[in-house]
Amino acid sequence: MKKFLRTNEFYVAVILILLCVFIGIKSPVFFSLQNVFDLLRSSITMGIFAMGTLIVIISGGFDVSFTAIAVSSMYITIKILFAINYEGSFLVALIISALIGLLMGLINASIIGFFRIPTLIATLGTQSLFHGFLLFFIGSKYINNVPDGMLRFSRSNLITTVTPTGAITGLQSGILILVAVVIVVYLLLRFTMIGRNIFAIGGSREAAERSGINVIRTQFFIYGFVGMLAGIGGIIHGAHYKQGNPFDLVGTELNTIAAVVLGGALVTGGRGTVLGTLLGVALVVVMNNSLILIGVPSEWQKVVLGIILIIGTGIPAYQNMQAAKRVKTNLAE
Amino acid sequence: MAEKFLEVKNISKSFAGVHALDDVSFEVRKGEIHCLVGENGSGKSTMIKIIAGVYEPDEGEIIISGKSYKRLHPIDTIREGIQIIYQDFSLFPNFTVAENIALNKQLSENRKFFHKKEAQQVARAALESINIKMDLDSLVGTMSVADKQLIAISRALLQDAKLIIMDEPTTALTGREVKSLFKVINDLKARGISTMFVSHKLNEVLEIADRTMVFRNGKKIIDADAKEFDQSKMVYYMTGRKIESDSYDFGDQNKSGTPLLSLNNLSSTGRFKDVSFDLYKQEVIGVTGLLGSGRTELALALFGINPADKGSIQIEGKAVKINNPQDALKHGIGYVPEDRLTEGLFLEHSIGNNIVVSIVNKLLSKIGLIDKNTKQKEIDTWVKDLSIKTDSADNPAKSLSGGNQQRVVLAKWLASNPRMLILNGPTVGVDIGSKSELHEIIKRLAGEGLGVLVMSDDIPELLHICNRILLMRGGKIVDEFQASQITENELAEKLAEG
Repeated sequence: MKKFLRTNEFYVAVILILLCVFIGIKSPVFFSLQNVFDLLRSSITMGIFAMGTLIVIISGGFDVSFTAIAVSSMYITIKILFAINYEGSFLVALIISALIGLLMGLINASIIGFFRIPTLIATLGTQSLFHGFLLFFIGSKYINNVPDGMLRFSRSNLITTVTPTGAITGLQSGILILVAVVIVVYLLLRFTMIGRNIFAIGGSREAAERSGINVIRTQFFIYGFVGMLAGIGGIIHGAHYKQGNPFDLVGTELNTIAAVVLGGALVTGGRGTVLGTLLGVALVVVMNNSLILIGVPSEWQKVVLGIILIIGTGIPAYQNMQAAKRVKTNLAE
Repeated sequence: MAEKFLEVKNISKSFAGVHALDDVSFEVRKGEIHCLVGENGSGKSTMIKIIAGVYEPDEGEIIISGKSYKRLHPIDTIREGIQIIYQDFSLFPNFTVAENIALNKQLSENRKFFHKKEAQQVARAALESINIKMDLDSLVGTMSVADKQLIAISRALLQDAKLIIMDEPTTALTGREVKSLFKVINDLKARGISTMFVSHKLNEVLEIADRTMVFRNGKKIIDADAKEFDQSKMVYYMTGRKIESDSYDFGDQNKSGTPLLSLNNLSSTGRFKDVSFDLYKQEVIGVTGLLGSGRTELALALFGINPADKGSIQIEGKAVKINNPQDALKHGIGYVPEDRLTEGLFLEHSIGNNIVVSIVNKLLSKIGLIDKNTKQKEIDTWVKDLSIKTDSADNPAKSLSGGNQQRVVLAKWLASNPRMLILNGPTVGVDIGSKSELHEIIKRLAGEGLGVLVMSDDIPELLHICNRILLMRGGKIVDEFQASQITENELAEKLAEG
């Protein structure tokens, strides 16, 4: 328990609760079922992206191309489905988009694995590459409609209630996909050897190689998997907004990375948890969606996010420094 | 005699035409503690890497348990039961003790799933087999070097090791930790597991070895029963020459007058407390103590990196404040850090630039540009004076051996014409030939009027170069000795006390 009080998860949870209480007091609408459902709906795509980012950061890497992968997978999928006039299940759209994402992820992996380019540089390059490729070869036109399957998905709810004003609101079923992704990533990191390998590479790449871990194969898994998650997140995002916008998402990757880092993942690799990441996502989503409720102008949301990011990561760092000092004091007295 | 486990036959290996190993043969028997000693560049690491399967030998063969290999692959080495513990241990700082110990076994069994409980069982059993108790859930990154070593050994044992090769295992260990490492090695021997102990610390080799071999310039010079060696013989085989060392004779003649440096109850919260002593011109004072005793902290305070917060510092009778390295420089204090690779040198830059880096402003011509001729003259002087071995001062500093790098760091400070030098672990990682030359340089400089403070736990070194030795423990000076009136053993005992 004492140990838990010193984790990042704890601080993020405290900040999150304080923020919610504060907003709730100022604006009771915050705790209405409709607002909670809205917040959950907004967490779905960022949550899925964050799970991918978490894996990359644990392995000691950085991926900034996932938004470009997401928007490309989404846009290409919508184009394909319109072209073949497919009006069936959303599942098909999901699979196509996931496969396109996987393919792009594997391109990332090849560049990182074979040419040994630092991951941040490689994905900066591919972000531009994928997005430019999309705009030039596939199309740069805004599509203000999505195929029927996606439309039905975005309207489907798990639970529905009627608000006091008479409107119908519900919990969007995409949350199930997020839950599934979270469970898969949790099991992967906690109970599989590939998960061990990811932590090992993030801890010390050289030691991992000497232990006989195939680092390049592991990187293929990581970036392929992350690409796939980006494809899944992208198509859900498209469905939620009922549009195919080729200029969407790209540029928002830092929000996701901030959420993961807030959740306690170490940017130098080797450490990070699913629970912490979920808390980080919740914090960022609440700030992005609810500060407006208490009259904070949207420009200020960025400032607040920055402050919370610095405080949230600064407190544990400061504590470590204090702990290190304490050890030495014992020696001298 | 026990049966042969490993036999190395006529192995040669060249890199770009230079013989790293030249027709080397030896054998390691079951349960034997086989020591390999040699200076830097003698071929020790090349030999380890050939046995590890990292390098392919040009000629020769390796026979393990009767099976002959022209070249080994890493996986062969592991399957044959040879485990190598590198200097950095190849551990994962972000894993717990249990996770680290169990990982290799899980990998070699080609597991798909990981169970925490099972890892803990495996790790506990492995640690018990060498009679060590440790918290299995601690993060390895927070543990001491000695503990990391034990973790690496127990991890090696899990892979059914029959021979464990340890590359410079005691570099960062304190005396007591070395003792417990030796106990573990002897236990392994009792179980029929061989150890190859690669080191340049001769007293340790003399203590532990069953058999010792010496490499020099890629050749095996001698390979004999350990009983046939003593320290001077080993030094002779390693360097090819006799090295003699006298202790530093300072005398008391200079003790009258104002001390060069005078500390009065100097304290730094949490680091050291009430440190007082005087350092005179031409004097070499050794400050010793175990890791964490405060000796490094004191050095850092005197150079202004972590300034002291109480007490006073006087230089030639005048009270001064040293709040940052610039202050220290102003008062003529030079500092040679413990880790010259990261703190003392610009490795990628030329030897020459490294030497003049702290005196660049003295080299400027009238128009404010660096005067090439003055610079070159300065560089040539120091390369010659400290006999830095290099073809050209334009080579990068990283091309030098440890001992020569240390001379470049020294030259850098001497060029700034200091009154006082603080040397922190001046010969850590420097091989024995260079070491005694460095010692002579230090003594000579002191003789010429410098005051020198040496932070070290290398007992022979302290006795050779210092006239006085201060012992620190728990941040305080607890004892003081005249170097001429104490023996190595007495000092070693004092050091280990408390």
